[in-house]
Amino acid sequence: MIGLLTRDLTLAIRAGGGFGLSLAFFLIFTTLVPFGVGPQTAILSDIAPGILWLGALLACLLSLDRIFQLDWEDGTLDLVATSPVPLEGLAAMKALAHWITTGLPLVVISPALGVLLNLEPPAYPWLVASLALGTPALSAIGTFGAALTVGVKRGGLLVSLLVLPLYIPTLIFGALCVTRGAAGQDALTPLIMMGGITMGSLAILPFAAAAALRVNLR
Amino acid sequence: MASFWEYANPRKFMATSAFLLPWTAGIAALCLVTGLVWGFFFTPDDFRQGSTVKIIYVHVPSAIMAVNAWMMMLVASLIWVIRRHHVSALAAKAAAPVGLVFTVIALATGALWGQPMWGTWWEWDPRLTSFLILFLFYLGYIALWEAIDNPDSAADLTAVLCLVGSVFAIISRYALVFWNQGLHQGATLSLDAEQNIADVFWYPLVIALAGFGFLFLALVLYRTQTEIRARRLKALIAQERMA
Amino acid sequence: MGNGRRVTKAPPLRATGATRLPLGAALGYLRGMNLRVTDLACARGPAQILAGVSFAVAPGQALILRGANGAGKTTLLRTLAGLTPPLAGRIEADPEAIAYAAHADGLKAALSVAENLAFWARVFGRTTTQSAIEAFNLAPLLDRRAGEMSAGQKRRLSLARLLVTGRPVWCLDEPTVSLDAENVARFAAAVRAHLADGGSAVIATHIDLGLPDAETLDITPFVAKVIRADDPFAEGLA
Repeated sequence: MIGLLTRDLTLAIRAGGGFGLSLAFFLIFTTLVPFGVGPQTAILSDIAPGILWLGALLACLLSLDRIFQLDWEDGTLDLVATSPVPLEGLAAMKALAHWITTGLPLVVISPALGVLLNLEPPAYPWLVASLALGTPALSAIGTFGAALTVGVKRGGLLVSLLVLPLYIPTLIFGALCVTRGAAGQDALTPLIMMGGITMGSLAILPFAAAAALRVNLR
Repeated sequence: MASFWEYANPRKFMATSAFLLPWTAGIAALCLVTGLVWGFFFTPDDFRQGSTVKIIYVHVPSAIMAVNAWMMMLVASLIWVIRRHHVSALAAKAAAPVGLVFTVIALATGALWGQPMWGTWWEWDPRLTSFLILFLFYLGYIALWEAIDNPDSAADLTAVLCLVGSVFAIISRYALVFWNQGLHQGATLSLDAEQNIADVFWYPLVIALAGFGFLFLALVLYRTQTEIRARRLKALIAQERMA
Repeated sequence: MGNGRRVTKAPPLRATGATRLPLGAALGYLRGMNLRVTDLACARGPAQILAGVSFAVAPGQALILRGANGAGKTTLLRTLAGLTPPLAGRIEADPEAIAYAAHADGLKAALSVAENLAFWARVFGRTTTQSAIEAFNLAPLLDRRAGEMSAGQKRRLSLARLLVTGRPVWCLDEPTVSLDAENVARFAAAVRAHLADGGSAVIATHIDLGLPDAETLDITPFVAKVIRADDPFAEGLA
């Protein structure tokens, strides 16, 4: 199973766009916000937690349809399905690879983008903590959505439609954690709740994704 | 006594639903006319809300049925996943657009009611927002059915989506309460409240609720029949191609 | 139902001259066979494609599948590989015995030949790829990226994957597509070596590979294209 992970990471580096694309999207999205809402730092600082979380969420969404699609098209998915690796393990590794190539860079760069949006200083640790804890859930949920639509041609839009409603609780608790952190209120409670959602997603969704893959392969 | 599961056979279901459909549709019409006419014209105005309260006879039943339709889809999906009864999967598919319309009605009547009461068409209140999210879930579910060619695969995948979606819908519901305390009044109907609303409003509301329930049943029966006929047609065409 | 004649091909049982026996055979339920298929019916989507297919493949034996295009060879192989559930009948094999190779090569263009093989070796829990590299003469290509290779070279790499899996029963779907004569011979030699090692192969192909003891199964008599019997919406149609 580790072989699957290292292969996906190698491919992400070789094929280009794996690491960079979602980061660039996150950066552009954050840059565009002041053009939309105006340059007043007070307003930006108010909405910064939500914008940063929304940007990270959309950046995760961007690469979802590629999680299984390439393996599906070149026949690798059929071959992995007949190998000793369980599809549940494949789904978990795919989610992990997606998180490492997409979620993790977002977590790392988020403080810099927080500066751009004039995020309140006390919010930074909460921003990093909430993204670090929340983006794995986004990857797990996204992998599930990708598994559902792997047989659908041009399934990118459909994935968004299926996955975005499932992202709502994570977004709520994540953004709330940062907002409360910025205001100096109790930010730990939403962080813990989001951690619960992440743990639940990681525990259950690889099985749901594997079930969906099995249906799509037959 | 025949087993309940016999109705999972399409032929048996068609025969039974053909018998049930006029009755459920008739009861639905009767209850809706009685409940709505009684509610609209023969109940007093509320001392605070005036005549706007009368929208309750559409708003509350459609909201309740919007949630119940999803519950029904969840149960039907489980039956499909566990027992592989095709009619169950088709019933879930048939119920989705009905549930979607009930959700839209609940949202629209809520906006119409909210405007005079709260002075706003829309408020990001947990209850309102959760119906908006339910709307999105219905959209995704229907879109997935439409996107997949093989009907059995579509049934499997939508069932998985329905199960996972239900879990996330419940989490969203509680997340929303955490997110915003809200402005919506408490539940109109609740089993543990000593008195929900005054009797004069209560009786027509219950009748309207029964009307919406039977309307849902009739629409789902009718749409399931249509889906079964479509599947039958598909089988005939496939047979024709293979011959 | 099913107009396919129920022909049971009983290939000669070869006694246990095999060097490597799958677990199932050791337990006896395969009765000395690497793969035993009984009265199998396969479906693709809403349609039944084949019915009443029975055969057994002994260690050291190859079964060549023949049949017109679209007859159902691919469907049969996908069913054997466990990707598509069978409609009826039994497939007896050690669950970890079958190595499947489809039309698609399953290669990653951005990875080199060595990396592609190493990946599959890891997936199948194996450590060495050397025999596969030798059998298909891939040593000169090891550092080339799969995306830069010709169709025939990709096919060789894809077939080399079978050796890497270390599995005894090969289920191959048109394995010689885009191979030149020299590499067809190389492939045939690899299959022969695999058979000599106690392995088996089920190969859908139109060319003569010159394999010893190869049985040929023409699937035409088993073609039974009707609506699948478990589709309740097709009641009275089939």
